[in-house]
Amino acid sequence: MLVAVLAYLILPLIAMLEFSTRGDVDPVTKAATRSLQSYAAIFSYPNLVDGIIASLEIAALTVVGMLAILVPTMVWTVVRVPRMRRVVEFLCLLPLAIPAIVIVVGIAPIYRFIGQHLGPLGASPLTLTFIDIILVLPYSYRAIDSSLRGIDTATLADAARSLGASWPRTIFEVIVPNIRGGVLSAAVLGIALVLGEFTISSLLSFNTVQVVIYLLGKRDPFVSVAVSLLALVFAFVLLFVISRFAPGADNRAQRAAEEPA
Amino acid sequence: MTSTSPTPAAAGHGVAVVFEEMHRWYGPVHALDGLSIDIAPGELIALLGPSGCGKTTALRALGGLDVVDQGRILVDGKDMTTVPANKRNMGIVFQAYSLFPNMTARDNVAYGLRLRGVDADARKKKADDMLDLVGLGKQTTRYPHQMSGGQQQRVALARALAIEPKVLLLDEPLSALDAKVRRQLREEIRRIQIMVGITTLFVTHDQEEALAMGDRVGVMSQGRLEQIAAPAELYDKPKTRFVAEFVGLTNRIDGTVEAGRINLLGTSLPLLPGSATSGHATALVRPESIRLAAQTGSGARVAAISFLGSMCRVQAAMPSGEILIAQMAASDFVSLQPGTEVSVSFLPAPVFAIAD
Amino acid sequence: MTQLVTRSASPSATAAGPASSGAGASRFRGAGNYLALIPFHVYVGLFLVLPTLIVTIGSFQDQAGSLTLDNFKAMFTNEQFIGSFMKSLQLALITAILGAIVGGLLAWAVVRGNPNGILRQLVIAACGVLAQFGGVMLAFAFFATFGFNGLITMFLKNNLGMAADGSWLYSLAGLAVVYTYFQIPLMLIVFLPSLDGLRQEWYDASASLGGGAWSFWRNVGGPILAPSFLGALLLLFTNAFSAYATAQAVISQGCALITQQIACQMQSEVILGQENVGKALALGMIVIVSAVMAVYAYIQRRASRWVK
Ligand SMILES: Nc1ncnc2c1ncn2[C@@H]1O[C@H](COP(=O)(O)OP(=O)(O)OP(=O)(O)O)[C@@H](O)[C@H]1O
Ligand SMILES: [Mg+2]
Repeated sequence: MLVAVLAYLILPLIAMLEFSTRGDVDPVTKAATRSLQSYAAIFSYPNLVDGIIASLEIAALTVVGMLAILVPTMVWTVVRVPRMRRVVEFLCLLPLAIPAIVIVVGIAPIYRFIGQHLGPLGASPLTLTFIDIILVLPYSYRAIDSSLRGIDTATLADAARSLGASWPRTIFEVIVPNIRGGVLSAAVLGIALVLGEFTISSLLSFNTVQVVIYLLGKRDPFVSVAVSLLALVFAFVLLFVISRFAPGADNRAQRAAEEPA
Repeated sequence: MTSTSPTPAAAGHGVAVVFEEMHRWYGPVHALDGLSIDIAPGELIALLGPSGCGKTTALRALGGLDVVDQGRILVDGKDMTTVPANKRNMGIVFQAYSLFPNMTARDNVAYGLRLRGVDADARKKKADDMLDLVGLGKQTTRYPHQMSGGQQQRVALARALAIEPKVLLLDEPLSALDAKVRRQLREEIRRIQIMVGITTLFVTHDQEEALAMGDRVGVMSQGRLEQIAAPAELYDKPKTRFVAEFVGLTNRIDGTVEAGRINLLGTSLPLLPGSATSGHATALVRPESIRLAAQTGSGARVAAISFLGSMCRVQAAMPSGEILIAQMAASDFVSLQPGTEVSVSFLPAPVFAIAD
Repeated sequence: MTQLVTRSASPSATAAGPASSGAGASRFRGAGNYLALIPFHVYVGLFLVLPTLIVTIGSFQDQAGSLTLDNFKAMFTNEQFIGSFMKSLQLALITAILGAIVGGLLAWAVVRGNPNGILRQLVIAACGVLAQFGGVMLAFAFFATFGFNGLITMFLKNNLGMAADGSWLYSLAGLAVVYTYFQIPLMLIVFLPSLDGLRQEWYDASASLGGGAWSFWRNVGGPILAPSFLGALLLLFTNAFSAYATAQAVISQGCALITQQIACQMQSEVILGQENVGKALALGMIVIVSAVMAVYAYIQRRASRWVK
């Protein structure tokens, strides 16, 4: 039973590998050959390369922007205005209740405005950063929140303040190092989400990697499958690395907080 | 209290339990290494030992929650070794968190009765009686998360007793509680156990708890039973070096053995069986056996004094720099201050000596 | 008094010196503490709340901007729209149930393994990728497997001589298969923590009181897990209901599902008088998803009451 489920989950991935490594049919023997030409061909599609670069840039900007907005806000909420915690949580989790397609419908007029008034910058796919930050909020919030719960943030802040640290120092030199597991998870989840984002970029007509893969799939499915597999493997490695290092540390802290000494 | 024979606490209807040469391997770990214990009907045995010595393994084997690889378990003369847990009729209280979180205190206690097909009214009455017995008659409709750790453990005890088990098994039931509740609850468990007259195995790594509760205390080490005896005997006449060192505070004092006695700082003391027989040896001396008296020019000095209620514990620094710990009634120490020069003498109780 | 309040409320006064950084100051809830949250609220307001408002208000307007209910009338009378909603709901329900059952069993298998083992972490990471970052890429995975030239299709054709052409994949049935593919790992991720919360002590206690496996699951394990299971099911439902990328990649022509229907409306705003119907459909989705999420939140709260 378990084996069957795992096989079902793994089969498409193996098929991707098989599919993307098909070579030309040998003219003499008529036998199929193996080759990496689909992977090499990635670079012969400038659109694809541009899409990959654009997505990576958006991912980087999104992570920076998300951390800049979320970390100070969450820390501040915990140590200074706990009664706002529920409000912040609600707003951060709200994107889960508003499907991406709905956000596109509502945000299209705003993007039209940005496109008209920000000149060349407005036409850049990098403007997707604004909306991608919203999309990653629920996941980032949860990652950082579980870290914050693992430590006694308010006491740490009181201690730092009583030793004479300013608020920025307290947040960035005392609290952030103690929640770095959660911050790292949030960043990695953010990168993976942005690299996989299709709905919004497609409907706003920005050529991110997913949009290009989708369009290319009709012309050269072999290359599309090759890029897809690479992207999945990349996301897998990222997630595996954080599950190996960051959450383990968080779990320990959480368990320590729950159990009596 | 000096006899090694089982001393049943009450003439209840407890049953005899026998562990016969039990072995248990977890991969390379030999968790039980030929463990044998005879438990008399109605007796409370406290199993004491360091972490990882196999106490839980022994208890789970008796409860049927784990198997033994070799050996037998007899309950009331019948071989129970291969009977599954749900057919053994044993009440188990775990360390913590064992109450079913989706049930009220009453439903928790009634669970075992429900499995036995007892009808709803009788179930409720019995559950409420049991909760009364553990002092929670007013909290029958609370959920576990609405109760303190001590209350939860009381419910767990009531639940274990409700099925009128043959044997009661407690695996460090107090270790998650704070000191005051722990002391209070252990007295209550003992009171109820004597009242019910049920044969009980109580596992703990807290020696004070073991000595206070057990009719007899079994000391385990590395899957083996080192000694099983009444608390006073265990304390005064340890049979092995491990027991002498593990139970109670001990001072280690160098001396010389000659003709079955040891000479310590000029005093000759009798030796316990199993001690070194000649030459230089280290004696393990209880703090209660050491007497300190103010005397100038003797070389030893009081380093620190701590009061433990009516008792007093004094640390004395010997000229060699070693620290001796002595314990006496507080009234005997009135003349001592940190820094006072003192002489050291011993009560003539037998001591255990290890060859150097 | 007034002066005191304004002084403490200004950020510079809060950081002024030891006197104001003590315990008293940290408990003081001045307006200044809220000021620090303004950037977050402005941002979320601009890029999340405002779009939602645009959708909500727009769905009650005609193209001239005056108030109307015509958009909703169109939504409830046009068979195409109703059909899209129904297809999406069906697809979401079926794949959520399948995913919840299979994923739940998979999670159970994972929980019984070594909690710190590398296998568990591999499975969790893989499930994270498949559940949340798939979209278009998962569609391609299935093209490579069951598509016209896919591995399995070719295998059936060449080795078993079957007339497999893989066209079923590009239909709603195919979509259900692909959706289930990401629902199973999502279930694992959502449900695993609840399974981890089940304690060995409960099983042992039940056994010592005379209960077998069945009594335990019926009276203890089942009731404890039920809320989390139901919650996970709802989460899977909204996940499938809201999905667009996979559907678009698998069925690129037409406007079958409601998400695709909304995209179609958005891209063909030329049809006179229909400009804001897409917004009404979007509002319809918000209502459905929010209702499900509200139930989900309620169930989660109940579930966490028992299992801390
Ligand atoms: N399920 C298991 N798998 C592998 N090893 C085990 C298992 N249970 C116990 N052990 C090992 O068997 C030995 C005895 O364990 P046991 O739990 O009986 O110790 P204990 O005396 O109860 O210790 P503690 O005071 O820490 O509870 C230990 O070395 C332990 O690591
Ligand atoms: Mg133990």
